[in-house]
Amino acid sequence: MTAHTQIKASQPAATAAEIMTGAEMVVRALVDQGVTDLFGYPGGAVLPIYDALFHEPRLRHVLVRHEQGATHAAEGYARSTGKCGVVLVTSGPGATNAVTGIVDALMDSIPLVVITGQVPTHLIGTDAFQECDTVGITRSCTKHNYLVKNIADLPRVMHEAFAIATSGRPGPVVIDIPKDVQFASGAYVGPAQARPLHNYQPRTEGEPAAIAQAAALIVGARRPLFYTGGGVINAGPAASASLRELAALTGAPVTSTLMGLGAFPAGDPAWLGLVGMHGTFEANNAMHDCDVMIAVGARFDDRVTGRLDAFSPGSKKIHIDIDPSSINKIVRADVGIIGDAGKVLTALIAACKRHRQGPDAKRLAPWREQIEAWRARDCLRYRPSTEVIKPQYAVERLYALTKDRDTYITTEVGQHQMWAAQFYQFQEPHRWMTSGGLGTMGYGLPAAVGVQIAHPKSLVIDIAGDASVQMTMQEMSTAIQYDLPIKIFILNNEWMGMVRQWQQLLHGERYSHSYSASMPDFVKMAEAFGAVGLRAHTPGELDAKIEEMIDTPLPVIFDCRVEREENCFPMIPSGKAHNDMLLGEDARDIGSVIDAGGRGLV
Amino acid sequence: MTRTPADSPASAYDMGHADEAEALATFAVLVDNEPGVLHRVVGLFAARGYNIESLTVAETDRGSGASRITIVTRGTAQVLAQIEAQLQKMVSTRHVHNVTTDPNGAERELALVKVNGAGADRAESLRLAEIFRTRVIDTTRTGFIFEITGAPGKIDKFIGLMRPLGLAEVSRTGVLSIERGVEAS
Repeated sequence: MTAHTQIKASQPAATAAEIMTGAEMVVRALVDQGVTDLFGYPGGAVLPIYDALFHEPRLRHVLVRHEQGATHAAEGYARSTGKCGVVLVTSGPGATNAVTGIVDALMDSIPLVVITGQVPTHLIGTDAFQECDTVGITRSCTKHNYLVKNIADLPRVMHEAFAIATSGRPGPVVIDIPKDVQFASGAYVGPAQARPLHNYQPRTEGEPAAIAQAAALIVGARRPLFYTGGGVINAGPAASASLRELAALTGAPVTSTLMGLGAFPAGDPAWLGLVGMHGTFEANNAMHDCDVMIAVGARFDDRVTGRLDAFSPGSKKIHIDIDPSSINKIVRADVGIIGDAGKVLTALIAACKRHRQGPDAKRLAPWREQIEAWRARDCLRYRPSTEVIKPQYAVERLYALTKDRDTYITTEVGQHQMWAAQFYQFQEPHRWMTSGGLGTMGYGLPAAVGVQIAHPKSLVIDIAGDASVQMTMQEMSTAIQYDLPIKIFILNNEWMGMVRQWQQLLHGERYSHSYSASMPDFVKMAEAFGAVGLRAHTPGELDAKIEEMIDTPLPVIFDCRVEREENCFPMIPSGKAHNDMLLGEDARDIGSVIDAGGRGLV
Repeated sequence: MTRTPADSPASAYDMGHADEAEALATFAVLVDNEPGVLHRVVGLFAARGYNIESLTVAETDRGSGASRITIVTRGTAQVLAQIEAQLQKMVSTRHVHNVTTDPNGAERELALVKVNGAGADRAESLRLAEIFRTRVIDTTRTGFIFEITGAPGKIDKFIGLMRPLGLAEVSRTGVLSIERGVEAS
């Protein structure tokens, strides 16, 4: 920002009504909402807002290279800070390009406010240049959205959008603002004075009777298990602390969904690792055999449950979720508790302590023995090599060399994502950014940009795949522009690895269009952007190259050449139960394992 | 171990399947009256694969800023509970009420029924129409148009009786609902 950017917007909030333009209101409302950074791309229908931004030194705007990148960067920013991510894009293609990230945020419950420009109100519906029905397109993929046709509504909508995005189950909110409304003048209203139109007050405190019932089940359990999800992360660091306390109090082991990694420390002996399709043998068998399952902020996704009619057949299920529609959606809960994960966990701790029987971790000894027997299978074991880099080995070394640093990990989607989830050990929440629900290839690089903006001194690594990373590669240019030393660690096997794996296992090894026959030279690509390119071919050179990557003060693209045909195990094939896992050593004849029904599933 | 009421079946999957039969249900949804709100509701049904048997929508009274949407849908108990939760979750929703399970729920529908017939059939249709307390809103030499109001089942029954007497066309409003008693929802 330059020195001439001092105008009235930077003055402290006054109580008397201030008259300003719609564009100035947008900028002012962002400041009043505590926003410091936003991600966007200008265009005709948002030029007045960009003009107002030009005069506002308190907001840092990060210029992306594609609007999808802006939404993912805002997601990474939000996920790593707990704050609301903010996106500013233009009408038409600006809005449609942002849709992928908006859906991604909806599926993973990430708070975003996405401001889109729109053609002037008198042109709406005329197929004007760069017009699209933004609110129509985004109605089903936002938590809520607005088309602001009247300047008088704008301040209220701005503040209400932040409240809706960040409260209850978080999610994306789109505000579509026609250009004439951006130019119009009106009275600004601050967050404290704004009267919301909608009476949106999600329940956050769990019902005491249900909590007492849950505590009785937990205290009486002989094979209890915590199954935790992204809701624990969203509920803030206090929720993770409560989860750790309750787990220690009850002695129950903990597994987690992909979105929930880090809420419980991977270094704790009670940690079972990831659950679900590529989860560990011990986690999935514990899910199947537990007698009381405590699901916290998790939604029984199909990647977690596997075959539903064989899902954890002998357990009482306690389901804690802030979204009432999550409870009984997929799996019937014996005790459903609607509320904020942190508040309910805290209440459960008190209720367990109050219980006349009291928690007794010693009684769980046989359950722990059983779990250790499962753990002894060492399900993540892979065949090491001295010639080629195994992708699992690469993630293991990356973890070993970064674990003592202030590190944030993002991923793309595919095999590398699962290996990252299996082999990178997360000890704290908010350190792991991945696209879980939507499974968006191309998420990780722009997400790393957003994380690095929020944490400029930290080490931010995108564990990437060679195919995914090419979907949003242009955001390297953003990283260069803002001096963001993100590290793109590509597990390069020249395939769309997970597609290849499924084609091998389910489609008779017919590798239809999953091989990238013309791979770019990632080292030269890095140099073309002004970043640093590194490449490793052998396990012997890997550590030194990773160290070099970490020590480089610039963005790095690391082309880690890994075993091409490695498959990701363990795996619950589609249509199979949790105790019907494939381990690495079974990997030979898999085609016969999956029946026609399983092949039809995703 | 402390026994709780939920103890009886060993698992959710041991529960009886008797409640898995599909049933009709009427939901009264009070929403903020704003552009696009109907699309939100209809879009939710379309996106999640729920069926809409009938739908009515209108502003309730000027000044309250609310619209009442009455939706008749069909599903298993679990699906109906999920529909109710999904409707409740919308930011624009003020209140969702399952009229069908409420003993105080009242449902009414209006239908216009065109019956063409001559001779004895024509006389018989008029006689039945009187029993059903319909109004005749158009009379020609060959038929009538009846206006009938009542619970959906009554209208179904009337239409069934008219079928052999020359039923030509039916136009129905869809179900409206309200709760009996002095309380407002």
